[in-house]
Amino acid sequence: MNPLERYAPLVDDEEAFFAACERPLPSVVRVNTIKTTPERAREALDEEDVGYEPAGWHDEILKLDGRSPGTTWPYFHGWLHGQEEVSALPALAVDPQPGEFVWDACAAPGSKTTQLAAQMDDTGLLVGNDNNLGRLSALRHNAERLGVTNLAVTNQDARNFSLKPFGSDQFGGYRYDGSDSDGDDEPDEAAREAFDRALVDAPCSCEGTVRKNPDVLDQWTLDHVHSVAGIQKGVLRRAIQATKPGGTVVYSTCTFAPEENEAILTHALEEEDCRMVEFDSPLDTVSGVTEWEGEEYHPDVTKAHRVYPHHNDTGGFFCAKLEVTA
Amino acid sequence: MSGEHDGDETGDTPSNSGQQFDRLPATADEREVPGRATREEVVGWWEERFGISPETFDEFTFWEKGKGKIWAFGGDTVDPIRIEGLGMAFLRTRQEHWKPTTNAVQRFGRDATKNVVELSGEAATRFAAGEDQEVEWDGDWGYLLVAHELVGEREPMGVGLYLHGELRSTVPKGRQESLPVLD
Repeated sequence: MNPLERYAPLVDDEEAFFAACERPLPSVVRVNTIKTTPERAREALDEEDVGYEPAGWHDEILKLDGRSPGTTWPYFHGWLHGQEEVSALPALAVDPQPGEFVWDACAAPGSKTTQLAAQMDDTGLLVGNDNNLGRLSALRHNAERLGVTNLAVTNQDARNFSLKPFGSDQFGGYRYDGSDSDGDDEPDEAAREAFDRALVDAPCSCEGTVRKNPDVLDQWTLDHVHSVAGIQKGVLRRAIQATKPGGTVVYSTCTFAPEENEAILTHALEEEDCRMVEFDSPLDTVSGVTEWEGEEYHPDVTKAHRVYPHHNDTGGFFCAKLEVTA
Repeated sequence: MSGEHDGDETGDTPSNSGQQFDRLPATADEREVPGRATREEVVGWWEERFGISPETFDEFTFWEKGKGKIWAFGGDTVDPIRIEGLGMAFLRTRQEHWKPTTNAVQRFGRDATKNVVELSGEAATRFAAGEDQEVEWDGDWGYLLVAHELVGEREPMGVGLYLHGELRSTVPKGRQESLPVLD
């Protein structure tokens, strides 16, 4: 069975939904403002006669005519990064500010991480974590090509991520090794205790990427949905715990499955000190769902955004914004 | 400032570790790990070699992880720090001729005033593809900043090693691209 069929009851226009899922995705790039401006990036593409169309909702996002961005000069210089249009959404929801301490819990290969770095003007401290050491090299390669210098790369299981490497153990009067570089009992100036913001772009069953990778449908199983949901709950809970009160946590996936989206939010809302907050999406979206196959979800999950491929000619996506309350 | 005193791995002398990032000492007076470059030397090297002003790096901290590998981090954090990456791999020290990375030159090299080879047309395309080529150059030998013009401004491409009339491209394999020849 085509797993996409289970979502037919959720979409407004089944025919358009299935038709969009069959079409390949346009080639889209994000302009890297750490190294250039949208104007200069467009001029560089013009010099090479590469056709493009601005995404309309954001001047840093360009849809290319056919050609792979890798074979252009602005790509070589790290002015451009190939990134699916819809995947620019979560970093916009995180909205990190220059100088902040920000966590990207599942960062590799780094499209969203490098977008966060650019939003922070490449200042502060951005922690890009991934539990897969092999994927970390892709993250580092992409970040360095784009000229990112505010990134710390870690290789931990995000579900029990420790802030100790960043000096969190120096707070609260407890010092684990009795040492202190400047000889007093205060935390070092550069030590950090909790994040200002976090992004959980969770591993998922990825049906939303079907236009890029049709194989995802053959590999899809309900068992996988349930097992990955356990990981998603763990990572989101840890992100809420590791973020300071008043801070922002964004949860996103590229799946349509409510078991991996609204159900995860409901779990976090019940177990952790947080609340859902509304945010504006520049893309056309619909609200999160409160019922699915006999399950009921927290009423506030309607503040989350569902993105279907036929609404904006993109991949499928889910994005929710939470505020940490204590 | 080269690495003739490379790490004494025995006894009480502190040594470099491949497992953690250690902040560079500000000056030679504060150096504890033998052979470790200082912040002053690193910033001074960019000024001496490429004419890049030390203020460019005011907001950056510099760290060593792995022998001689210097990282530039655009902020500050605790020292030492045991993580996988911190900022950008920036400069290779502890060898006779220090070598900047392609990514560092692309990020910080726009304001270079010396030891810059400008290539155009086919020569720029060949450099980006990782090819060695003969060039006209009567300046210093060694590691040079290689740039070309892109939309009306000089843009650094990477690092070339100039020896005996030949410019060797050091653009790493993963960064090499087959690019069109610009007019």
